[in-house]
Amino acid sequence: MSNTLSFTRNPQLNHQGELQHLLSIEGLPREIIERILDTAAPFTLVAEREVKKVPLLRGKSVFNLFFENSTRTRTTFEIAAKRLSADVINLNINTSSAAKGETLLDTVDNLAAMQADMFVVRHAASGAPYLIAQHLAASGRKHIHVVNAGDGRHAHPTQGLLDMYTIRHYKKDFSQLTVAIVGDILHSRVARSQIHGLTTLGVPEVRVIAPRTLLPTGVERMGVRVFTDMQEGLRGADVVMMLRLQNERMQGALLPSSQEYFKSYGLTPEKLALAKPDAIVMHPGPMNRGVEIDSSVADGSQAVILPQVSFGIAVRMAVMAMLGGGSQ
Amino acid sequence: MTKTMKLHIKGGRLIDPANGIDKRSDLFIADGLIVGAGDTPPKGFEASSTLDATGCIVCPGLVDLCARLREPGFEYKATLQSEMAAAVAGGVTRLSCPPDTDPPLDEPGLVQMLTHRARLPGFATVHPVGALTVQLAGERLVEMAELFDAGCVAFEQASRSIVDTQVLLRAMQYAATFDFPIWLQAQDSFLSRKGVAHDGEVAARLGLVGIPVAAETIALATILHLAQETGARVHIRRISSAAALEMLVAARASGINATCDVTINHLHLTDADIGYFNPHARLDPPLRSSRDRDALRAGLCSGAIDALCSDHTPVDDDGKQVPFEEAEPGATGLELLLPLCLKWAQETKLPLLTALARVTTGPAKILGRHEATLSVGQAADVCVFDPKAMAMVCRENLKSQGRNTPFLGVELPGRVRYTLIDGVLAYDAGLS
Repeated sequence: MSNTLSFTRNPQLNHQGELQHLLSIEGLPREIIERILDTAAPFTLVAEREVKKVPLLRGKSVFNLFFENSTRTRTTFEIAAKRLSADVINLNINTSSAAKGETLLDTVDNLAAMQADMFVVRHAASGAPYLIAQHLAASGRKHIHVVNAGDGRHAHPTQGLLDMYTIRHYKKDFSQLTVAIVGDILHSRVARSQIHGLTTLGVPEVRVIAPRTLLPTGVERMGVRVFTDMQEGLRGADVVMMLRLQNERMQGALLPSSQEYFKSYGLTPEKLALAKPDAIVMHPGPMNRGVEIDSSVADGSQAVILPQVSFGIAVRMAVMAMLGGGSQ
Repeated sequence: MTKTMKLHIKGGRLIDPANGIDKRSDLFIADGLIVGAGDTPPKGFEASSTLDATGCIVCPGLVDLCARLREPGFEYKATLQSEMAAAVAGGVTRLSCPPDTDPPLDEPGLVQMLTHRARLPGFATVHPVGALTVQLAGERLVEMAELFDAGCVAFEQASRSIVDTQVLLRAMQYAATFDFPIWLQAQDSFLSRKGVAHDGEVAARLGLVGIPVAAETIALATILHLAQETGARVHIRRISSAAALEMLVAARASGINATCDVTINHLHLTDADIGYFNPHARLDPPLRSSRDRDALRAGLCSGAIDALCSDHTPVDDDGKQVPFEEAEPGATGLELLLPLCLKWAQETKLPLLTALARVTTGPAKILGRHEATLSVGQAADVCVFDPKAMAMVCRENLKSQGRNTPFLGVELPGRVRYTLIDGVLAYDAGLS
């Protein structure tokens, strides 16, 4: 390949500072985040109409490029694209690019040759969507947009944005909030996106709560307060954002057992009572009841977990419309 | 041009760190040896050829302690031919290559074949480093004495550590018996498992699996303890952290026989240079924090670090045009060793005499095979370079088959004009 890829410029903004790709919330100006949330608001109403479609992406091809399994995220992207009247092509490429076979960039070149307008990419390796965006830029195909649907431990920006939408919906103003993120911060792309979203939108206190084994080194440099004691960390919180704990975390030396984890870091009604009385409880799904969250909390009045899912479709519609609807 | 030619290098500034010389002086070469320096040629010397070195520095050929030639086994990444061209274009006249070939250099026959193939006029002198254990597996000792006789200068594990400390102890005892040097990269294989970046803020932000500094210090502590126990001569390769350097300095003060080197990448870059997942910054050991980098720079200035090496690792595009964490570690370096040494000297305001010692006398002493000097009677391994010429690092200009380096697009000082090996003009930039 003769084109030199550039790794020093943030590839998600074009030279005018407009959104070219959505790769991470980090580095997004506050105005762009707010514009995405503002754009999403009317899209929540589309779902309530008899014809759940708007023609913003009519004639455009959106490729869902999933190198890592995910039914839920892929489905929400598919619904979002279809409600914008786009043609959606789903590709599940379950062979890792490390295994011998077509390389990631070869796959991208092939699909780009099929006149794709947008790639929605999920990949197990942190930074994979960046590589794709850098490659498209270096090969003169700037009209193809990339949306990161989750890359390794790095970012899940649409999840982060839908969480911001949810918080804004229930709390209106970010500037007075205390938000606690609880659980496996180390492995979580969701947590990283949430932290960047919250700090950019001006939340004065973002807390992370986890045992030391599940905290990345230097996480406090991302602008958060670190708590290892859940009770202390939840005290006075307006928003409690739970993270999924994957079962495979019990296999190494990260945690002794899911029972012990639940005892220290599971969200129970007793622990939730330490937060503000009107605190909301969020979870990106899928939930592990009895591991990170008690059923009575998950189904309780403070949980906004199902509204998160509905907002997720609207936010993904907003992102796709802003990226691909420019020429309409 | 043959060895019998008489060569006059004219008008240059001669820097010879071994003799503490830095002055304007001509250099006279005959029959492959240095026969004189100064304004006038030795008696009876009649130059058959003259090289103009006006505005240039004339110094001993560079010695690189770590350059992967990729032969045998990885000819699709690089060949002896391509990498030897890179070496002389970089002013490197002598290099040692690690044993991480396929098969690894763990048998005398392989070593003999490599040195035999590399013994060509115009090629840099190749000093293979033998594998310390069979197949680099960290289990059984190689035939060290046989390999030494075949031409190995030392024994090492490349970037694979010996997990079993019993094996490491035995390897050091055995090597110490014959006074063979052992070169080791200090990296605990458990703490570095799956790691791709320094365990710090950048890795946390980018969601990359981190390798903590403790991976280096713990392994180093083990090595230093065993070195003290056995009296083995130990050289630490690719030191990467301030903490490790501090330990090494303390160990040396207490009488432990240990030297170390740092790579050109770790001398200039930090984990922040990963930027937006730049696979060229995927290196082993990982680039660490700016505090570590600054300590390494100071250590190389003071001489606490003995040598600067290129850690030359040609990787093909397939190995690099993948997501960061899947990228093959390593960067091309033979042609960047001199420019990055000069850049470091400029930035730290270090006299060139001292700076060039770290790429000539320093590494030569560790190799233990020759002296890197321009003294009369020495083999004429010479590098002539223009210290002021700036050049942009770009894929097209690299002679190495490896076009992978985090310095792509960066303008660096110093351009080699001539490289002589045993008095033979091995490289001529063709500028005069």
